[in-house]
Amino acid sequence: MPDPLVRLENVSFAYGERTILRDISLSIPRGKVVAIMGGSGCGKTTLLRLIGGQEKAVGGQVQVDGQDVATLGRDALYAMRRRMGMLFQFGALFTDMTVFDNVAFPLREHTDLPAEMINDLVLMKLHAVGLRGAARLMPGELSGGMARRVALARTIALDPMLLMYDEPFTGLDPISLGVIGQLIRRLNDALGASSVIVTHDIQESLLIVDYIYFISEGKVVAEGTPDEIRHTRDPFVHQFVHAEVDGPVPFHYPSDDYAAALTGGKA
Amino acid sequence: MGGGIRKLGSVAIDVVWQLGFIARFFWLILVYSGQSFTRLNLTIRELYFSGVLSLLIILVSGLFVGLVLGLQGYEILQRYGSSDSMGTMVALSLLRELGPVVAGLLFASRAGSAVTAEIGLMKVTEQLKAMDMMAVSPIARVVAPRFWGGVISMPLLAAMFSTMGIFGGWLIGVVFIGIDDGAFWSQMQAAVDFRYDVLNGVIKSCAFGVAVSLIAVFQGYDCVPTAEGVSRAITRTVVSSALAILALDFVMTSFMFRGL
Repeated sequence: MPDPLVRLENVSFAYGERTILRDISLSIPRGKVVAIMGGSGCGKTTLLRLIGGQEKAVGGQVQVDGQDVATLGRDALYAMRRRMGMLFQFGALFTDMTVFDNVAFPLREHTDLPAEMINDLVLMKLHAVGLRGAARLMPGELSGGMARRVALARTIALDPMLLMYDEPFTGLDPISLGVIGQLIRRLNDALGASSVIVTHDIQESLLIVDYIYFISEGKVVAEGTPDEIRHTRDPFVHQFVHAEVDGPVPFHYPSDDYAAALTGGKA
Repeated sequence: MGGGIRKLGSVAIDVVWQLGFIARFFWLILVYSGQSFTRLNLTIRELYFSGVLSLLIILVSGLFVGLVLGLQGYEILQRYGSSDSMGTMVALSLLRELGPVVAGLLFASRAGSAVTAEIGLMKVTEQLKAMDMMAVSPIARVVAPRFWGGVISMPLLAAMFSTMGIFGGWLIGVVFIGIDDGAFWSQMQAAVDFRYDVLNGVIKSCAFGVAVSLIAVFQGYDCVPTAEGVSRAITRTVVSSALAILALDFVMTSFMFRGL
C-alpha cells in the first residue's frame, strides 16, 4: 500500500486547559476523498488546522507528504501550503476583489505567469465550477452556493496535491449542496489530488467519499467505507446516521439531578 | 489590600505584555514592508483610502479652525494694538500645534477607524486565515500597505490642514476685518522659521502618523473576530490614538519648543 499523503500519529491538542484531541491516529490515502465527521465542537476543524500547520499538536506527529508539519520553519511551511488548498466554511472570498481577481490571487502571488496566461487559467478554473459567466461580479453579488464555488475555483488555482474542506455543505440549498458535493469528487479525481472534508452532512458525504472517520470527545470512535458505515451497529454512528435525538451523544448537557434541582429551587 | 495589589500587578503585567506584543507586531510590519514598496500599487491604493478620502474633512475642518483662530486672534491682538501680527499668530498656532494635532485626531477618527474595521472584518470573515493558508503573509499583503499608507498620508494631510487654516485666518483678517494684506503676510514670513516651526510640525505629524497607523492596524488584526469585537476595536483605535497624539504632542513640544 503506498504511503498516505497525510498521516496523524497519536496526535493530541488542547487550547490551554481544554483538551480538544486525544491520541488521534488517522491517514488520508493519496487520490482518495476522506470525510471527518462528528458533532459541533468535537475538534474536526482543529484537525484541518493541524494539517495546514496553523496550530501545532501538543503530542504526536502530523505528517504531510512525508514532512513533519510541526518542525517546518515559516518558509518551508509556506512552500508546503502552496501545494495545499483550503475551502473555508463560508468561502472567505476577498470582498474588495472581483470573482476573477479572487481566483487569480494565488496565481499572481506565487507565479510570474503573463497576464494572458493567468486570464486563461482563471477562466478555466471558473468554467470547471460553472461560473465563468460570473467572473466580473463582486463577492457581495453572489449567493452562498456560488460564493462557495468561486472559493473552490480559487482553492484549485495552483492545482494542489491536498484539498481541505471545512464544512463545505453548511447553509446550502439542496441543489447547491449536490453541486458542491459533485464538484469535490470530480475535481479531486481530475487533479489527482487527495481531499479531506470536515462535515456533519452524513447523507451527502456517503455519496461522494471513499472513507469516513467519526470523531467524538477528541477521539476516533468509528471509521469505515460508506458501505460499512451504512450497515454498522456502532451506537454512535447509528445515532449520527439516523439523526436520533438521544443516544451515546446525550440530549441534555450534563447537570445536577433534575428532581433535586426543582425541589432545591436552583438550576 | 492584598487583593488590590494583586489586581494592580495583574493590570501592570497585562499592559507590559500588550506593549511587548505591539512592539513585536511593529517589528514584523517593518520586516514585511518590502512588498509595500516593491508592489507600490498596494500602498497607493491605501494612500487613496486613507489620504485622498480624508481630504474633504481635513480641508473643511482646517478652514473652520483658521476662521475661528482669525476671530479670536483679532479680538485679543487688537487690545494690545498689534492686530497686524494676526498672520504670525495664525501660522504659528497651526504649524506648531493645531495642524498636526487636530489633523491627527481627525485622521484617527476618519481613516484609523476605517482601517481597523476593514482588517477586523477580514478577520471575522476568515479572509486573513485564507490568505495565510494560501502561503501569503497577511502582514505583508494587508497590514504593511495600510500602515505605510497612513504614515505617508498623515503629514500631507496635516500640511493641507495648516494651509487651509492659514487661508481661513487670512479670509477673516484681511478680507472681512480689513487688516493690511502686506502686513499679514510679511509679518508671518518674518516670524515663521522653516526649521524651528515648519520642520518641527512635520516631525510631529510624522510621529502621529506612525502612532495612529500602528494602533489602527494592530487593533484590527488583534480584535476578537465577532461583530462586538470589531466594534470594540474601532472604539479602542479612536480613544488610544487620541490619547497617543496628545501625549506624544506634549513630550515632543517639551523637547522642541522650550524657548531656550
